[in-house]
Amino acid sequence: MTDLKHIRNFAIIAHIDHGKSTLADRLIQKCGGIEEREMRDQILDSMDIERERGITIKAQTVRLAYKAKDGETYELNLMDTPGHVDFAYEVSRSLAACEGSLLVVDASQGVEAQTLANVYQAIENNHEIVPVLNKIDLPAAEPERIKQQIEDVIGLDTSNAVMISAKTGLGIEDVLEALVTRLPSPQGDADAPLQALLVDSWYDSYLGVIILVRVKHGILRKGQKIRMMNTGASYQVDGVGYFTPKMVQVDALNPGEIGFLQASIKAVADCEVGDTITDEKRPADKPLPGFKPNVPVVFCGLFPVDAADFEDLRDSLSKLRLNDASFEYEAETSAALGFGFRCGFLGLLHLEIIQERLEREFNLDLITTAPSVVYRIELTNGEQVQLHNPADMPEVTKMAKIEEPWIKATIMVPDEFLGPILQLCTERRGVQLDLTYAGNRAMVVYRLPLNEIVFDFYDRLKSISRGYASFDYEIDSYQESDLVKVTILVNAEPVDALAFIAHKGQAESRGRQICTRLKDLIPRQMFQIAIQAAIGGRIVARESLSALRKDVLAKCYGGDVSRKRKLLEKQKEGKKRMRQFGKVEIPQSAFLAALKMGDD
Amino acid sequence: MDDTFGIYFHWPFCLSKCPYCDFNSHVAASIDQESWRRALLRELAHFAPETAGRRVSSIFFGGGTPSLMAPATTAALLEAVAGHWPLDDHIEITLEANPGTIDADRFHAFRAAGVNRLSMGLQALDDASLRFLGRRHDVAQATAAVALARDIFPRISFDLIYARPGQTPAAWALELQRAITLAADHLSLYQLTIEPGTAFHPAHARGDFQLPDEDAAADMFELTATLTAASGLPAYEISNHARPGAECRHNLLYWRGADYLGIGPGAHGRLTDRSGRVSALNQHRAPETWLSAVERDGHGTRDRIALSGEERRAELVMMGLRLTEGLSASRFARQTGLALRGALNHSGLETMCGEGFLRWDGDHLQATDKGRLVLNSVIGALLV
Repeated sequence: MTDLKHIRNFAIIAHIDHGKSTLADRLIQKCGGIEEREMRDQILDSMDIERERGITIKAQTVRLAYKAKDGETYELNLMDTPGHVDFAYEVSRSLAACEGSLLVVDASQGVEAQTLANVYQAIENNHEIVPVLNKIDLPAAEPERIKQQIEDVIGLDTSNAVMISAKTGLGIEDVLEALVTRLPSPQGDADAPLQALLVDSWYDSYLGVIILVRVKHGILRKGQKIRMMNTGASYQVDGVGYFTPKMVQVDALNPGEIGFLQASIKAVADCEVGDTITDEKRPADKPLPGFKPNVPVVFCGLFPVDAADFEDLRDSLSKLRLNDASFEYEAETSAALGFGFRCGFLGLLHLEIIQERLEREFNLDLITTAPSVVYRIELTNGEQVQLHNPADMPEVTKMAKIEEPWIKATIMVPDEFLGPILQLCTERRGVQLDLTYAGNRAMVVYRLPLNEIVFDFYDRLKSISRGYASFDYEIDSYQESDLVKVTILVNAEPVDALAFIAHKGQAESRGRQICTRLKDLIPRQMFQIAIQAAIGGRIVARESLSALRKDVLAKCYGGDVSRKRKLLEKQKEGKKRMRQFGKVEIPQSAFLAALKMGDD
Repeated sequence: MDDTFGIYFHWPFCLSKCPYCDFNSHVAASIDQESWRRALLRELAHFAPETAGRRVSSIFFGGGTPSLMAPATTAALLEAVAGHWPLDDHIEITLEANPGTIDADRFHAFRAAGVNRLSMGLQALDDASLRFLGRRHDVAQATAAVALARDIFPRISFDLIYARPGQTPAAWALELQRAITLAADHLSLYQLTIEPGTAFHPAHARGDFQLPDEDAAADMFELTATLTAASGLPAYEISNHARPGAECRHNLLYWRGADYLGIGPGAHGRLTDRSGRVSALNQHRAPETWLSAVERDGHGTRDRIALSGEERRAELVMMGLRLTEGLSASRFARQTGLALRGALNHSGLETMCGEGFLRWDGDHLQATDKGRLVLNSVIGALLV
C-alpha cells in the first residue's frame, strides 16, 4: 500500500492539437508503464473516433511509478479527461478525482476558448495548476508572449512554467518533478466508511462494465458488497485494479487511489457518472458533493435510410447505450422518413459521435434530422411541457408562453476577425457580456440562444475566422422568447421532418431558404409541385417546381425488351425509398439533402 | 396463340463503329461469307420443328450493317424460310442499309432475293452532323441512295437522329421538313441518347458536348409530332411515323407482344409454347462465340428463360403503350388470360386517366400526347 504522501493524482488540460496525448504517451514511456514495442501514439485514446478526431470521449487513467530526484518512488495517477464542452459534466467529475492539473498550452498558439473552460473547472475543484508550454522546439514558439497571455487571461503565475517538447521528449523529467513537488498529495481516511467517486464507466464486450473510481475514504476491496448511493443499486465487487495502461488486478484500492472495479454490471446506464460508491453494510452518511443527473440538451431524429434497417437501428442503439448512458432515444414515426428514433444528446459533438459510431461500428446508413433544443412550454391550461421535436409544437392558441435555453459562449479570436464574429453573434440574437484583449487576441463573451448554435453556428464561425476562432459554451438559463414553428409543405401536406422552430424575426427567411433548396433537390415529377413554408396558417414562402416534360425511351424494339423491363423493375425497387405526398412521390434523398442546411 | 410470327436476322458487322450505337455490331477485317451463311441457315433450321405449321408474316434483316451481307446469302435465307414455314401473302421483308454501302447492282440483287422494304440509316441531313455521328456518308450520297431505293423497292424508310448537340428546335424543324419531302411513306425519328458502352458515353461524361436540355428536347418531340402529322406521316409509335397502312409490320410485332424468332449473334426472340407460356431467348452476342456454338450445337442460344406472368404483363404494357393505337385490352386478355384493368395498378390507372396522361378508346388504352412525352413515368405508375 502506497501511503498518501507518495500519491499524486493529476489531469491534463489542453486544447485540441496542443499535445495532450503526446505528453501522456511520453509520461507513460518514461515511467515504464508499457514496453517499448507495445507503444503506439495516443495510447489512451482507444476508440477509432478518438484517434481520428484527436478528441477524448471516455475518461481513462493510467498509474505511473516514478522514482523522483528525492530518491522516493511515487504513484502518479494520470487522468485523461474528455476535452469537449458536450462532456463538461464528465470533465468536472474527472477533475474532482484529482488534486492538480497540468495546463498544456502550445507555445506558439496560446490559450484557446476550450482550454479556458476546463481551467476554470480545475480552479473550481481547487486544483494546483502547473502551466506547461509545449512545442518550444518549434521556430514559431514564443514562450514569453504565451506566458504573459496565460497570466493576463487566466491569472495564473507562469514564472515557474515547465518548458517542454512532448514530441522530442525535452523537459518530460521536469514535468514529473513538478508533479511530485508542486501538487498536493490526496487526503483520505482509510478507516472511514467507503466513499468512492464514480468517474466514468464503459462496456467491455469481454469483461462487462468497467467502472473508473477515485477512492476518497475507506477501502474498496475485491469481494466487498457495495451500493451506489444515487441509484441505490447493490453489487458484489468481482475485482479491483488499476491501469498501466494494461489492467492490473489488486486486492484493494486505498484512499487517494484511482483505479477500476468490476461487479457483473450489465449496462453503464446503472453507473451514473458522479455517483458515490459506498459499502453496503457500513454506508457513508452522505454522498460526495456535485452529483448531477445527465440531461440531454440537443435532440434529433435518426432514421434508417432503408426502412428495413429499423430493427437493426434499434439493436444498435441499445448496444451503444450499454457504453454511453448519456444519450437517450425513443421510437418516432415520420411521414417523410418512416420509422426511426428521437434521440437526445449532451451536445452537437456528442450527436455527431453517436451518429458516426452507428454508421461505422454498426454499418448503418442514417438520416439525421436538424438538431433541435429542448423548449419549455407553458400551456394555457397551466400545464408545463418540454418540447423535443419541433413537429410536436402545440398550436399558438394553446400556449401561454414558450422558453428556450440560452448559453454563455466564449469566443477567442485574432482581432482581425473580430468584426465579422460580432456581426455573426448579433445576427444570432446574441447579447454581448464582455470583450477583452490579450495581445492581438480578443476574447468575447456572449449570451446566445442555444437554438442559434445548433443551426450551423460553429461552421460559420470557423469559415469567417478561417479556422482561427475557438469557441466554448456553457448552458446558462431558460428565457421566454418569441418563437414560432415553421412548417414546410409539399403539395399542401406538411413534411414533419423539415418542421423547425425559429425566432419570429428569422422564421420567414429560413422558410424561404428551405423552399428554394427543396425546389432544386426534388426531381421533376409528372405533376407540378408546390413547396411552401407556413407559420401557423399563413404561407410565408412559396416555390413551384414545374412538371417533368420529357421522360420516354427513344428506342424500344425486340432486342431491348428484356433490358428495358429490368430497368423498370429497378425503378420499382427505387420507389421503396420514395415518400408519397398527395399525387407525387419524393425521394428520401431530397429531404436528406434539405436537412443539410447551411453548407452553402 | 396467334399462329403468325416474325423472323429477325442479325448481321453483326459494320465497316466502322458509330459513336452513338450500342447495338451488337463489330468491325471485322474479313468475313467468311460462306460459313456465316451456313451458320445462319443452320440456326434457322434448328427452330423449324418447334414452330412448324406457323405462318411467317414478316422478316427483318438488322445489324450491324446487313446491306454488307452477300445478296446470295439473303436469297438463301429467304428461300430456307419459305421451305420451313408457310408465308403470309403480304409478307414484309425489310433490310437495313447504310447509304455508304449502296449501289444499284446490290439493290437490284436484294430486291431479286425477295426484299420488299428498305430501311436506310441516314441519321442527319447535314454534313457536319453526319461527321459528328461518325457516319461514312454525306448528305449528297444519302439523297442519291434514297432516290435509287425509291425506284427499286416497293417500300422504303429512313432513320434520322435529332436533339443533337447544339441543335435548336428551329434547326430541327427545317431539317425535318427536308426529310419529309425526301420521304416516301415511313420515317423513324429518334432523339439522340447516350448509351453506356458507346464512344459518346465517356465523351459526354467528360463534357465534350452537351445534349439539348429537357425543355428543348420536349419542344423538338412535340414539333416532330405536329410536322409529321401535318404531312400525312403521323406517329404510330413514339419514334416511328408512317402513312396509315405503311407501318412497319415487323416492328409492330414487338410492340403488340407477338412472337418472333431471333437468328444470329445477340438476336433476341419471344416464343410462345403450346401451353401458352412465353419464353425470352437470346443468342450469344460475340460473333465468334455464336458461330462456334451453332457449328457445335446447331444453335447459338445462350439463355432461354420462361417469363413469369408479371414479367410478361410488364412487357406488354411497356411495349403496347408506345403505340399510338395503344394497348388492346382484348389482345392483352388473349395473351395473359387477364383483364387489362385488373392487371394494372388501380390508383395509378385512375390518376393517369384522370390527369389526362392516358385515355380509353374503346378496347384500347392509349397514351395521350401529353402521356407519350413522359411514358416512362406513366408506365411506372401502372406497374407499381
